Amino acid sequence: MLELNAKIPSGPLEQKWENHRFNMKLVNPANKRKHHVIVVGAGLAGGAAAATMAELGYNVSCFVFHDSPRRAHSIAAQGGINAAKNYQNDGDSVRRLFYDTIKGGDFRAREANVYRLAQVSVNIIDQCVAQGVPFAREYGGLLANRSFGGAQVSRTFYARGQTGQQLLLGAYQALERQIGLKKVQMHTHEEMLDVVVINGQARGIITRNLLTGKIESHVADAVVLATGGYGNVFFLSTNAKYSNVTASWRAHKKGAAFANPCYTQIHPTCIPVHGEHQSKLTLMSESLRNDGRVWVPKKQGDNRAPSAIPENERDYYLERKYPSFGNLAPRDISSRAAKEACDDGRGVGPGGLGVYLDFADAIKRLGKQTIAERYGNLFDMYQRITDENPYEQPMRIYPAVHYTMGGLWVDYNLMSTIPGLHVAGEANFSDHGANRLGASALMQGLADGYFVLPYTIGDYLASNKLDKVDASHAEFRAAEEAIRAQQNKFLGMKGKRTVDSFHKELGKIMWEYCGMARTREGLSKALELIPALKEEFWSNLNVPGSAESLNQSLERAGRVADFIELGELMCRDALHREESCGGHFRSEYQEEGEAKRNDDEFAYVAAWEYAGEGKPQILNKEPLVYENVHLSTRSYK
Amino acid sequence: MKLTLNVWRQPASQAAGKLETYTLDGVSADMSFLEMFDMLNEQLTEAGKEPVAFAHDCREGICGSCAMMINGQAHGPWKGAATCQLHMRAFKDGDIITVEPWRASPFPLVKDLVVNRGSFDRIIQAGGFVSVNTGGARDANEILIGKDILEESMDAAACIGCGACVAACPNASASLFTGAKISHLGLLPQGQPERDKRALAMVEQMDLEGFGHCTLTGECQESCPKEISIDVIKRMNRDYLMASARRQEPRAATGSG
Repeated sequence: MLELNAKIPSGPLEQKWENHRFNMKLVNPANKRKHHVIVVGAGLAGGAAAATMAELGYNVSCFVFHDSPRRAHSIAAQGGINAAKNYQNDGDSVRRLFYDTIKGGDFRAREANVYRLAQVSVNIIDQCVAQGVPFAREYGGLLANRSFGGAQVSRTFYARGQTGQQLLLGAYQALERQIGLKKVQMHTHEEMLDVVVINGQARGIITRNLLTGKIESHVADAVVLATGGYGNVFFLSTNAKYSNVTASWRAHKKGAAFANPCYTQIHPTCIPVHGEHQSKLTLMSESLRNDGRVWVPKKQGDNRAPSAIPENERDYYLERKYPSFGNLAPRDISSRAAKEACDDGRGVGPGGLGVYLDFADAIKRLGKQTIAERYGNLFDMYQRITDENPYEQPMRIYPAVHYTMGGLWVDYNLMSTIPGLHVAGEANFSDHGANRLGASALMQGLADGYFVLPYTIGDYLASNKLDKVDASHAEFRAAEEAIRAQQNKFLGMKGKRTVDSFHKELGKIMWEYCGMARTREGLSKALELIPALKEEFWSNLNVPGSAESLNQSLERAGRVADFIELGELMCRDALHREESCGGHFRSEYQEEGEAKRNDDEFAYVAAWEYAGEGKPQILNKEPLVYENVHLSTRSYK
Repeated sequence: MKLTLNVWRQPASQAAGKLETYTLDGVSADMSFLEMFDMLNEQLTEAGKEPVAFAHDCREGICGSCAMMINGQAHGPWKGAATCQLHMRAFKDGDIITVEPWRASPFPLVKDLVVNRGSFDRIIQAGGFVSVNTGGARDANEILIGKDILEESMDAAACIGCGACVAACPNASASLFTGAKISHLGLLPQGQPERDKRALAMVEQMDLEGFGHCTLTGECQESCPKEISIDVIKRMNRDYLMASARRQEPRAATGSG
């Protein structure tokens, strides 16, 4: 069993981070350049961490599998970033952002982490504006805000529908500046395939150069994984095609506990699936729910065109069920409500898997011009994909996998159960509990990268003795050999099925049995199907080409191998959690259609420990203690 | 629909390349262009052949990875769309589609349709940033920015770094890309202290990388998936000229504290 020490600082909630910053050890400026830190990933968390640590004086190496650090999936975030600035004078505060986030996460996140997140949120906006991020402004020149789900204040900052892009370019430009100053060694087209642990400390990584196939060892004093989430385990998700779990999963196999893997976010507003050849799903930003109204026909199987359905025959079900939050109910609740409507035979569009998101009222109230200014690029995107004009007819939307709240377990310092291995952004599990609120992922990534890791890594380096290690160490050699052996296995199998065919089959199992609603029976079935799929994968896979050049099939083979193992763990986690909370909805545990938590038995973080090939992971529990909020039933009615 | 595809195949940067012809049946109008390529690659793999290497990731027109010259047009026939946003309803049954990589010497070819765009990163490294370290920023609302200026800056900041502008330009000029970054930061108050230095350094790096000169043919703005206007080039040229002129003048002595 692992000893899970969250290392939450003592003292009142408001002073924990302040006290901790004082108590942490510092590395003196002249010594910082003697330390080498590896950052894997250059999205918001990784890019911000790499740039900031280089600014502080550390020697940083940053690794991405893309051709440039500007391509990380953070770039696709549309809607915005939350911060407790209270610029709108509408009653926001650090405490309110903290409370909304804890409640939105259905009381399954750590209080101290979330409070710190709310505290540093205000610094993030200042930092980004200083870098030149063009957040939307009012005519008077002040910053504009919009509302997002799960909040009754306007605290979301945005740059049209491209907020993630603009924040990422800010971090990317800071990173490129440090590359130019030779403080960051940038490695593009290098995929991390293992972490190397020596004397119980993370001391480096193994990478494969995707263009030349070269396997290389890289030594460091500390390693940061900022490698994103694992939503692509479902094959179809809003994640970018390259997003994968490999870095996290290989670290898990080296001793990093994996926390709450079953907590996945299904986003309510995505463009419905069009057919068998669909390769990914496209999100329509939650910000659309500021002005769009969600509805389905009241009658089952009503095939009339939406304009032919009179007002009194429409069911604006979110407004009906959740009058105080209406169309801005949180994502998990909105998604389930859409599923319910469709399960009830009232879905619209092909296969009845869709609901309307209607802007007719908003266009009447505000004019087409205003709506175009607010959402023009999203409307264009929708029209391009569906060939339907959302100014003239309502959008059709359906829930899709979007984000994973689970991830590698970390303590308050964002360090995993492997000393020296830190995990940031979506890759860790720390701040969103069982459901993430909209516009909070960008906030967390940048909080971790700009304002948390640069402090806590310094403390780690100053407090621990690190032996001298180089790449000739037996652990590095063994890790390299294991990767070569795996590649040879993939290329040598010469089976009948493509990597994608296995990935799609896994995705179908996961969506069917570990998706929006889960049951004991379904999860047990998945736990029979996945091991069988794994066996076939390792005996009947067809990977063409060689290991010595760009080989995209070979890259995907390694990622899908890890997704299959992760999928099994997700189902086991979902099966063991006999309650419903946030994005985890067990059909057996509900009250009047709403999720029914079981705080007496499940108010803990489930941290799964790797036990060896073919053996089930061991469950470790970190109890969640709430001293500042009252554990209530989440109500948005 | 049934299509004939002529696709550029080249195993490595130094190897010889050529157009290979494939036929693909059962393509639906709702598929994206890259989903059509997925289909081709599954077919090739099942036939024991190597699939076509192509760059892609987000598949929603924002990461800037995808890069295909489709029937001679960068990102294909749809205006304001990246390759991944192009859907097959733009084509009809029996069409012949020729797909090639970006062709420009500062974008060396890696394999098939994949090129190396590292030169863009080096242009940003030269000065495409505001030099502020993390921490110590003043309150965001202390910097007032008029809505019109902000919107103009955002128009330029929308660049996704895909390189279509270079591929479409008869001179392989990177002026639209470089001008977009110079405009984004040069329009904002935060970008003023380094405005001269930035324009000089980025333009010089662009030349150093071997990109051609701009002759204002305007192909770049036609191919740009974010429809960035060549006005950014005008802005770049003005900033560069002003900065060059000021560079010639001796600096006024300032107080040394």
